[in-house]
Amino acid sequence: MVMSERRMAFQSGLKAVAPMVAAVTPFGVTAGVAGLDAGWNAALTLGMSVIVFAGASQLASIQLLEAGAAAPLVVIAALLINLRMLMYSAHLAPYFGYLPQRWRVPMAYMLTDQAYALSVSRLMDNTPIAYPHWFYIGAAIPLWGVWQIATAFGYWAGTAVPASWELGFFVPLIFLALLVPAINSRPALLAALVAGTISVLGGSWPAGLGLTLGAVAGITAGVVSERWWRRD
Amino acid sequence: MNGGGGVIDPLWWIILVIGAGTFFWRGSFLVFGGGLGLPAVVRRALNYVPPAVFAALVLPGIVEFEATGVLDGPRLAAGVVAGWVAWRTHGTIATLSAGMVVLWSLRALWPAG
Repeated sequence: MVMSERRMAFQSGLKAVAPMVAAVTPFGVTAGVAGLDAGWNAALTLGMSVIVFAGASQLASIQLLEAGAAAPLVVIAALLINLRMLMYSAHLAPYFGYLPQRWRVPMAYMLTDQAYALSVSRLMDNTPIAYPHWFYIGAAIPLWGVWQIATAFGYWAGTAVPASWELGFFVPLIFLALLVPAINSRPALLAALVAGTISVLGGSWPAGLGLTLGAVAGITAGVVSERWWRRD
Repeated sequence: MNGGGGVIDPLWWIILVIGAGTFFWRGSFLVFGGGLGLPAVVRRALNYVPPAVFAALVLPGIVEFEATGVLDGPRLAAGVVAGWVAWRTHGTIATLSAGMVVLWSLRALWPAG
């Protein structure tokens, strides 16, 4: 009985992530193409997808290195872009903190925007599921696998895709599909508006800074504005 | 330490450091924080992580300026339509399809733009 409940949670994670997996594929292909364009060998390009496993920071660091940026700057930029993972980790920890280490270490390694967004919206649901960690890995494992395959495909075959298709536009669209359901109150809407505006204005700031400052300002705006709108 | 006089590509070190740092962020609370109690205001703030972070990731890709400083109209229009579809349907595939179809259509109609 218990076994089947775990399987149900796992399968419900698989089901939730399926459209995301399709959407992430062009993103992973872009990471592979970027490595090839920068003159990296296959081991470095694929190794980065396994070791870093965070698309936006992978693209940014390849571009910065190609532009001749110094190594410390590249590392700082990548880690600023990925700083949001710390917030995800803090948000998920109360739900998963009781699990043994052998669960939490691989779960942390596989933490992505998509796995976080899907799990958090399921955990906050009015009807929370049993075994949410099985739901989490059901969503996280396919994302990991497809990311590796897509990077390899991009490295060896991605240049066959014409640039005019603008497959890179899939990236903001993925985040849009995650963003809209997350705007579930007026403070959340304000948080999104503030964060988005600062991030756009900060587009030319040193890599990662506009994103990080925008996110922090947006979160602050959300918390502060809660007292303006007691109930929605 | 390659016997054949081969040198490890320094890019590996950069990748490893970024990977280790990113794992540190990912594990910060989940692995290393073990049952750490967060103040109430922080827990409240974490509820705004999804709208704030995802908006900060989305908007620069939709409100994009060309080298001349001119706004990329088709991208903005595609983003607005996709946002509307996401709001009405909450469907990922519908959102992605709407965005790409609008972008490709507008590019085909105004190739120079």
